[in-house]
Formats: sequence, C-alpha cells, structure tokens
Amino acid sequence: MALNKKLLLSPRNVDITLRRLAMQLIENHGDFKDTVLIGLQPRGSAVLEKLLEILKNQESAKIASGTLDITFFRDDFRRRNTPLQPSKTKIDVLLEGKKVVFIDDVLFTGRSVRSAMDAVQSFGRPAEVELLVLIDRRFSRELPIQPDYSGQHVDSLIGDKVLVEWQHLGALEDAVYLETGDNE
Amino acid sequence: MSELSTKHLLGIKYLVKSDIELIFETANQFKEVINRPIKKVPSMRDLTVANLFFENSTRTRLSFELAEKRLSADVVNFSASSSSVSKGETLIDTVNNILAMKVDMVVMRHPKPGAAYFLSQNVDSIIVNAGDGAHEHPTQALLDAFSIKERLGSLEAKKIAIVGDILHSRVALSNILCLQKMGAEVRVCGPATLLPKHIESLGVTKSTNLLETLEWCDVANMLRVQHERQNLKFFPSIREYSQMFGIDKKTLESLSKKIIIMHPGPINRGVEISTDVADSNQSIILDQVENGVAIRMAVLYLLASKKEINFAK
Repeated sequence: MALNKKLLLSPRNVDITLRRLAMQLIENHGDFKDTVLIGLQPRGSAVLEKLLEILKNQESAKIASGTLDITFFRDDFRRRNTPLQPSKTKIDVLLEGKKVVFIDDVLFTGRSVRSAMDAVQSFGRPAEVELLVLIDRRFSRELPIQPDYSGQHVDSLIGDKVLVEWQHLGALEDAVYLETGDNE
Repeated sequence: MSELSTKHLLGIKYLVKSDIELIFETANQFKEVINRPIKKVPSMRDLTVANLFFENSTRTRLSFELAEKRLSADVVNFSASSSSVSKGETLIDTVNNILAMKVDMVVMRHPKPGAAYFLSQNVDSIIVNAGDGAHEHPTQALLDAFSIKERLGSLEAKKIAIVGDILHSRVALSNILCLQKMGAEVRVCGPATLLPKHIESLGVTKSTNLLETLEWCDVANMLRVQHERQNLKFFPSIREYSQMFGIDKKTLESLSKKIIIMHPGPINRGVEISTDVADSNQSIILDQVENGVAIRMAVLYLLASKKEINFAK
C-alpha cells in the first residue's frame, strides 16, 4: 500500500500556531490565577510543554498545569484487540472550582475528550472545562464535542492519519503530517 | 507488550517476566489513582467479581475487595464458614452455582494446594488465586516484589532473604519464583525444621544463621510465625525463636549497611520483629499494604481486559 505523507504544518507554522494558541489563552484567562492547563496523555502533554514554554516568557506568574491519563475511563475497554497501556497522571492541584483547559494534539472522534471529562472529576469539580487542540479533524466526530481553541483544521478520511512530531521527543523537527493511503 | 500471557492468575509459576513487568507498570498508574481525592475508575463497571474465601483472611480479602470496588466492579463475598460448603457441596458445584448468577471473575482462597488450578480447568470463568494452601499466593509475591522495586529501583541482582517458616508458607514459594524471574537472588533462612528438605532445587541458598543472612542481603522479608501450628513443635519455644530469628533495633544497627525490612502481616510484634523495627524507616510494611491494592487492581484490570464482550447473550 502506498502511503502519501503530506506536510500540514512546517516547523515554522507549528511555532506560529502554538504562539497564536498561547495568546488566545492569555486573552481568555488573563493572569491564569484560577486556571489549570491539563495535557491529555500521552500526546497532549507534548503540546502542553510547548505552550508552557511560550507562556513562561509572556506571563510572570507561574501557571498551574498537569497531565491526565484517561485509559481507565475509556469507553472501549475490552473492545480493543490490544489493550492500551496507561501513562502517568500528575495533577498536584485540586481542580474544585478551577477553570480547566484540556490540551491535546489531535481532536478526532471526541471519545478521548469525553473520557477526560469523566476522569477529571476525580480531582474535584471544575468551574469550567475548555478544550485546546493543535489539529482539529473536522467531520470525523462521533460525539458532540468541539474545541474552544484550535490550531488548524483538517478534513480527512477515517483511514487517514495525522502525525504530530516533536523535536524534543526525538523527531527530526516539530511538524505535522497527514498520512493518506490508497484505501485498504 | 500490553497484554498478559495468561487468562488466569493461578500462580507466579505461570507468569513470564514481561507479565510481571506489565503488572508493575499498570500498578504504578493505579497507585496514583488510589491517591486521588476520588479513588475510583469506571473500567470494570460492567463486571461482577466473587470473592470466595474458604479459609480465613482479613487483609487479603479487604485488599481485593477495595481493588474491585475502586475499579467499579460489583462484588459478592462468600466465606466458607457461613456457606453450604459445610453441608457437603463440592467446590465445582459451589462455584458453578455462583457463576450461574452471572459472575464474571472469581477470586479464591482455599486451604488445598492446587485448588485454583483445579477450578480453572473445570469452570468457565477468570480465576485469581488469593492463596491455595502452602502452594502459592501470587498477588502477595507481586506486591512484595513491587515494593522492593519501588525502594531499590530494580530487582536485578538484588539479594533478598526470606526468613521464618518456609515450610508452610505459600508467600515464600511465590516470592522465590517472582523474585527469581525478576533477576534477584534469594536466600531462605529459618530453623532447620522449617526449611523444606530440597529447597535448593528451586535455585535458592539456605541458612540457619540469621546474622550472616542479614549481612548478606539487601532486603529481609520476615514471615509470620504461625502460632496456630506452634503445638507441632517445629521449634522449642516462641521465646527461643525470637532470640534466634527475630530482628530488633540492635541487630539492625549492628549490620554494616541499611537493609529493608518487610513483613506480609499480620505481625507478631516482639516475635519476628520488634516494635521499633516494625515502625522504623527501614520497614516498608505499610507500603506493602498500600501497594497491595494497586497490584490487585492491576491484576484484575489486566485479566478483565482479556474478557470479551458478548452482546448476544
């Protein structure tokens, strides 16, 4: 099967997009006093790291953040051929009454976000929950979930893959690709 | 590897190293879960687990029950004293009756060695062995090894001593198998009457000298003196046992390095270990208890993930 790998965001565009998303966060959250940024494991935490780096240079105050693993809250337990391996959850603040922003790399079916909304309740009841994604794969949602902040949207088929690569995780450079195949 | 190689947890004997590593990794995540303000995940909300205890147990049953409840499973408890076992029902009949009420998994403790294996061959359910006679107690061994790994970083080439009644102990056998699979060296130590004759065939060394053993090891797992078997006279008196095989603060301090002290519980304070040792910072006894819930959650979760959903039924 031939795979076509198309560049969606070049390293420069990844940087510009992340900066825009960071500015939008500042616009809505001001000094981040009651805000907690939560990266959805495993891949959302890379986006979170990048955003925190940008925000650190913009904002003087320390921004509360954490990572949330949703494996145990997924709705496809016992329905997958190979079970998923859980990643680390690290949330050191109580989320009761806080404004939570979920951060993920790609929004696809919306099921992870649903699970995250369930999982986050274990740390208290947030005042509100928002969703930030780097890539929004429109028209492939299986649940009524939309992002509040979106880096770039992509129209793709179910069988396609969006690959988000990070230099700090071992890739050649920060970039986003769309991988399409001849339909299998 | 994200799947166990076995359908049941009957004993450490049936696990391979990667299974144990997977259980540890999963338990790590569950340990974080049970330290959240809300300590519950919904993974097993559509499953029912029966805890069948044909032999007395407090902490193992409590630990299993908590693990099941924190995974949102429905739980039914059964203990032999209050059941129709005393009316002469066979094990297979008892279990099949319970399974007929649509129970998905069975956690069983039984006084007969091999009971869990027997059940796995004769009934259609996922079986978790919570101790079968003097044979195996796999979840205890897993939580012991997990607790050691947590302290020492790894089990590879670590020296672990198991001290006490090795002869009657299922904890000892499971521990030996588990630690060896993870690359540790094991030595058993106790009164000669309580060391099984051919224990070396398991690849362990044995000793009747506690001080020498403690000097050798990184970790000492002190097994309980089984008071209930005391009248069999495996050793002259509790007092003599505690003088020869008990650890107090003075013994610990006389050693050339700091070793870790473990105990599967319940402790006979002043017999196997003195109170100041049990409560010292070298003891990881309460870590073991906490890790017990996380390990059991991991085992149940990983076994449940292999149970297919059948909507036709």
